[in-house]
Amino acid sequence: MTCVPKSKFHHPQLPVNELGLTYRDYEGSMSTLCAGCGHDSVGAAVVQACFELSLPAHRVAKLSGIGCSSKAPTYFLGKSHGFNSVHGRMPSVATGANLANRELIYLGMSGDGDSASIGLGQFAHVVRRKLNMTYIVANNGAYGLTKGQPSATADRGSLMKGGKEVTDEGIDLVSLALSMGATYVARSFSGDKEELVPLIKGALSHKGFAFIDVMSPCVTFNNHQGSTKSYDYLRDHMESLISADFIPHKSEITVQSEPGEAQDIFMHDGSVMRLRAADESYDPCSRSSAFAAIEAHREKGEVLTGLLYLESGASHLHENLNTVDKALNGLGYKELCPGDEVLKELNESFR
Amino acid sequence: MFPTDTKDPDHFHKVVDCQWACPAHTPVPEYIRLIAAGRYDDAYMVNWESNVFPGVLGRVCDRPCETACRRGRVEEQPVAICRLKRVAADNKGTLDERFPKVPDEKNGKKVALIGAGPASLTVARDLLLEGYEVSLFERGQQLGGMMRSDIPSFRLPQNVLDEEIETILNLGVDLHSGVNVTSLKEFLKRDYDAVFVGTGAPRGRNLDLPGREEATNIYMGIDWLSQVAFDHVESIGKRVVVLGGGNTAMDCCRTARRMGGENVTVVVRSGYDEMKASDWEKEEAEAEGIPILDYRVPKEFVHENGKLTGVRFEKVRKELDENGRRKLVPTGEPDEIIECDDVLLAVGQENSFPWIERDIGIEFNEWDMPAVDEETFSSSKAGLFFGGDAAFGPKNIITAVAHGHQAAISIDLFCRGEAIESRPARGVTLASQRMGMHDWSYNSEVHHDQRFKVPMVEQSKALSSIKIEVELGFDPLLGHDEALRCLNCDVQTVFEEKLCIECDSCVDVCPMDCISFVQNGDEGELRGRLQAPSNNLNQPLLVSEDLKTGRVMVKDENVCLHCGFCAERCPTGAWDMQQSIISIPQASCRSRS
Repeated sequence: MTCVPKSKFHHPQLPVNELGLTYRDYEGSMSTLCAGCGHDSVGAAVVQACFELSLPAHRVAKLSGIGCSSKAPTYFLGKSHGFNSVHGRMPSVATGANLANRELIYLGMSGDGDSASIGLGQFAHVVRRKLNMTYIVANNGAYGLTKGQPSATADRGSLMKGGKEVTDEGIDLVSLALSMGATYVARSFSGDKEELVPLIKGALSHKGFAFIDVMSPCVTFNNHQGSTKSYDYLRDHMESLISADFIPHKSEITVQSEPGEAQDIFMHDGSVMRLRAADESYDPCSRSSAFAAIEAHREKGEVLTGLLYLESGASHLHENLNTVDKALNGLGYKELCPGDEVLKELNESFR
Repeated sequence: MFPTDTKDPDHFHKVVDCQWACPAHTPVPEYIRLIAAGRYDDAYMVNWESNVFPGVLGRVCDRPCETACRRGRVEEQPVAICRLKRVAADNKGTLDERFPKVPDEKNGKKVALIGAGPASLTVARDLLLEGYEVSLFERGQQLGGMMRSDIPSFRLPQNVLDEEIETILNLGVDLHSGVNVTSLKEFLKRDYDAVFVGTGAPRGRNLDLPGREEATNIYMGIDWLSQVAFDHVESIGKRVVVLGGGNTAMDCCRTARRMGGENVTVVVRSGYDEMKASDWEKEEAEAEGIPILDYRVPKEFVHENGKLTGVRFEKVRKELDENGRRKLVPTGEPDEIIECDDVLLAVGQENSFPWIERDIGIEFNEWDMPAVDEETFSSSKAGLFFGGDAAFGPKNIITAVAHGHQAAISIDLFCRGEAIESRPARGVTLASQRMGMHDWSYNSEVHHDQRFKVPMVEQSKALSSIKIEVELGFDPLLGHDEALRCLNCDVQTVFEEKLCIECDSCVDVCPMDCISFVQNGDEGELRGRLQAPSNNLNQPLLVSEDLKTGRVMVKDENVCLHCGFCAERCPTGAWDMQQSIISIPQASCRSRS
């Protein structure tokens, strides 16, 4: 926590994006998280991704639940809409907001407590409904706000700060999201922005439910020897299987990728995710391939990262419900209240 | 790159741009903090130790520090360092008890100083404090050299100068004023262990044009200024042309404006932007209704019936020749005659040593000046030293003071029988400023105020007399606010690689993108891979040893705000804010610390 505001001065040669903004224009207020918290790096990666995508900040809605991770949206995108909701209930609020106004970009920021414990049910259902949103979990395996008890994602066999072993099975949110039908599933590490930033850009550009599980160490309660969520452990055990480059639709794709070397997947807006798998047999468009790889690495105690699964062109909630293709606040009185005749017709149709 | 050696005093010294740029290496941020705290006596003493004339320099310094100030790279205007120095001088109390005392026991060595300008007075102070007996010879009755004769009192009141010279005289100078040394050969026969020449560059450069000979109303600018200073001249014609574009020209035109000149015009050969005068001096002259006309080459002093009536100019423009050199070519327009009653020539100054015989073992260089060593300030004759404008031609007061310090070191070494080439070394000490988790002993908050303007006397009043100081100076409140603009560049970001866990917090929080964690490489190539463009090669990189991941931490010092956020957000204390105190040796063993 820092007592004075960050200076508004910035580097004189900072690049600007298509909107004429620097990345500093996408920042939020000063972080009150612990010094060294991985969540601040996740926030910085979101800032960088939104800057690079030239997103107008006022067209983004940030939603969160309760926890250190759910505090984090305050510290990025200060000019966006924000809703800090009830513990574990961010998916419901996001669903409501999204149904009312489908024109905003929805960014949910949650944690392992918020999504894997109290909010596990909500999480499962928002995934299977395929809400068009980006859902980031800053995952540190500990309840930081309540002084570091192991969370539901803490790996069985890992040690707590006091030396006690975690005995319960850890929930793997990536596997859960895959099995529930997420169409964009990735895992990354807060300490590796080179990997994380393109993943966030891809997720924000993806039409459908995009899930990113970000290993984000708790420097205060879960960064010790024996933890499987510490900076050192993650650096030593991370294996980046599928690296992803985000290529915006406006730029010319100059290098055609060689088959087997990289795979270009077109997104709905014409941008491209260029994926490179470290293992040629891996198919990032196959769920079974993803499940197998995740399990194989888990058995070895490794943390598999990268864009693990992508299904482009899948339908999402609005399409499944056949909703009106405008934001509700953009509809006029006539459209919202079409009159007696229409009501009569509707009633007739049920007889 | 190799890991940075932060024990090398120059590394962190370079980060303190103002101190590095100051010829006397005054610890600027240190005294600015004292001014912000209202500790004017302490701020004055910090200055006095380094630059001897804080009250004078707080008004008329050339301010190389402000050109260098990091604030000018972060926003538009540097900190008003010079004017803050004046705040300390204006508001200090009686400091008699604070000035160091001369040792009771003298060391038995006698030193003579010729000329009583800033260089000699600095040598006098430094050596008196070491126990030397110092004799000072000045041809005039009043001391101060060009500080008194060339700088008009509306910029530098006499009493400010008197007071600071008095402080030095009080240390026990053996003063010989009104004594003109006319032969160095004879002078060297006297019983001195060392002699220092600080006689300045006393001769104005002439402009040999048609009509120069018969004219009676054409004056050398510096001579005319000193006649004004010593009350030998009381007025000047209503229409005055000043030739020249340096600070002397600016002093001439503004003085003429106060001596009866109603239409005063400055004319320069080349472009306005190429003028040697400081920007602020040009602005102040123009604010007093003095036009500055450029690209006009003087051709002739025009006379009618033996009386000066004007100056004829050829109009020129700037062109670059094939070698990229600038030349002035006539535009072909008809010549312009500017009518005037008097002309002041301020086209340069020269050194003049008619009193130094050429056969006494002193080597002269190709410009017929005594050859002087740039580090030791020694002439080719052992025991004879030069400094100030007398050494390398016209510069400025703060340079003369710096020369004085170095010459005093040489004289001290020489008198002790040691080699004058083995200079005492600079040093650096670092002291943590951490007071608590988020608490620093300096004001780490970056203030966004623009540079404050110095209040001025109402112009009609200012122009009514040569004795009225134009600037009122900052009052304590304005001084406080301006002082807070200082970025505290001497509070350094010090990195301890063993503690770093590479969490990226410092990278994320740094408002200026100074910090990068990257693979090592050669400097040129490495600068291209940093978090933000890194193209100010005058500013060093701070490079760590290899970290756990095999990368290094590289910090570009260029636009660091010294806000301390890296250290506040660091979970392990790998970053710390530490004040660098650079010790700059002086002859007096009280070398600053």
